[in-house]
Amino acid sequence: MTRSFTSAATIEDALTALGSGARPVAGGTDLVVGARQGKAPLPDAIVAIDRIEGLAAIDEHGVGLRLGALVTHEDIVMSAVIRARFTALADASAIVGSHATRAHGTIGGNVMNASPAMDTGGPLLCFGASAILRSGSGERTVPLEELWTGPGSTDARPDELLVGLDVPAPTDGTGSAYVRLEYRRQMEIAIVGATAVVSVDAGGVTDARVAITALAPTIRRVPEAEAALVGSDGGDEPIAAAARAAAAGSSPITDVRGSAEYRSAMAEVIAGRAIVAALARARGEQIAIPASAATRGGATR
Amino acid sequence: MTVPAVLHVNGASHEVELDPHTSLLDAVRDVIGLTGSKEGCDDSECGACMMLLDGKPVNSCSYLALQADGREVTTVEGLADGDELAPLQRAFLEHGGVQCGFCTPGMLISATALLRTNPDPSEDDVRIALSGNLCRCTGYGGIVGAVRDVAQARRSV
Repeated sequence: MTRSFTSAATIEDALTALGSGARPVAGGTDLVVGARQGKAPLPDAIVAIDRIEGLAAIDEHGVGLRLGALVTHEDIVMSAVIRARFTALADASAIVGSHATRAHGTIGGNVMNASPAMDTGGPLLCFGASAILRSGSGERTVPLEELWTGPGSTDARPDELLVGLDVPAPTDGTGSAYVRLEYRRQMEIAIVGATAVVSVDAGGVTDARVAITALAPTIRRVPEAEAALVGSDGGDEPIAAAARAAAAGSSPITDVRGSAEYRSAMAEVIAGRAIVAALARARGEQIAIPASAATRGGATR
Repeated sequence: MTVPAVLHVNGASHEVELDPHTSLLDAVRDVIGLTGSKEGCDDSECGACMMLLDGKPVNSCSYLALQADGREVTTVEGLADGDELAPLQRAFLEHGGVQCGFCTPGMLISATALLRTNPDPSEDDVRIALSGNLCRCTGYGGIVGAVRDVAQARRSV
């Protein structure tokens, strides 16, 4: 097949190209890098979607956030509302790639690449985000736990374009954190990652969501870890129980970045750090973004 | 099939015809002929290919050249003012921040991008920002010192 390239000015342009078999590229930080690494060759027919108007906004509305698919990691890190209310997402975007990656890599590309090691996935999942998929036949909304069907695969059809993500607003008294184990400060992929989103009142923990990253075929929540926290005082014992449950809920692989055994051992440590940081933030304490750096060595404990 | 595009590199416009899979790095080096930017790893690990795209850093080995159509590209060749080195370039020389020189174009671009967004970086800020740029001569100490000196000199103006 001959190669082709078009640059879409509108969503309709992009949908037409997708309908005739083209694959989308935005920042290229997954698609092109993956091709360079031999993961999959570049598609013959490419439609660049990075110039589509109106998909790069972070909109606040009554019930939460609408993130356009072309919002970059840099946009997320700079967003005051995300730093304040969706802090785990800022923790994640702040450590994706390097500043070159964050300037061009988009949240839409990160979600649709469906890597079980993606940094923003755990926070989005714990905040209850849904993907908005558009095609020539209309629009549908898919919760992220249903969107990701395996490593690198999604429920989206080839003719569908992710146009944005809806992220419900957490209640007052909620704190969140994403922490990853990393060998290098930039251009790193999570060896193990964990997200915690917890709500507290004077009586203790009223709600908890815990997700594990790079520990299963898809990023997933661990209900047993959440149950260990809800109704507790958020003290050392329930935190330790939740961290153990997060590790027990993992089924890691061995690859060049770490063995399954090492990942399992580190899951408990990293989940514990994420929970501690989220609880501290829920109580109004300042933990610097990104939490991965702020909690290194377990210093917040 | 090739696709026409106009690449604006360091203030000069180039009309080019490119295969859709051509990287921005290959277009700038092989088609336009500016060989300052280097290909190290070719998969965004090392930062030797870093350029500015509309003022923001990009690993050009992993960016499709056609996506840069009409945008402003800055390479290491665009940092100096004629024969007058940019302050960062002078500081790299003064601090011994250049050894084999292969990482230098990407380091200079990365540091330029950092100082645009953070004019007063701490040593940790500099080290983190440059962590996407690998030097295999272990020249980091000189490089970090050079970037901090330039930031300090700007603040004292």
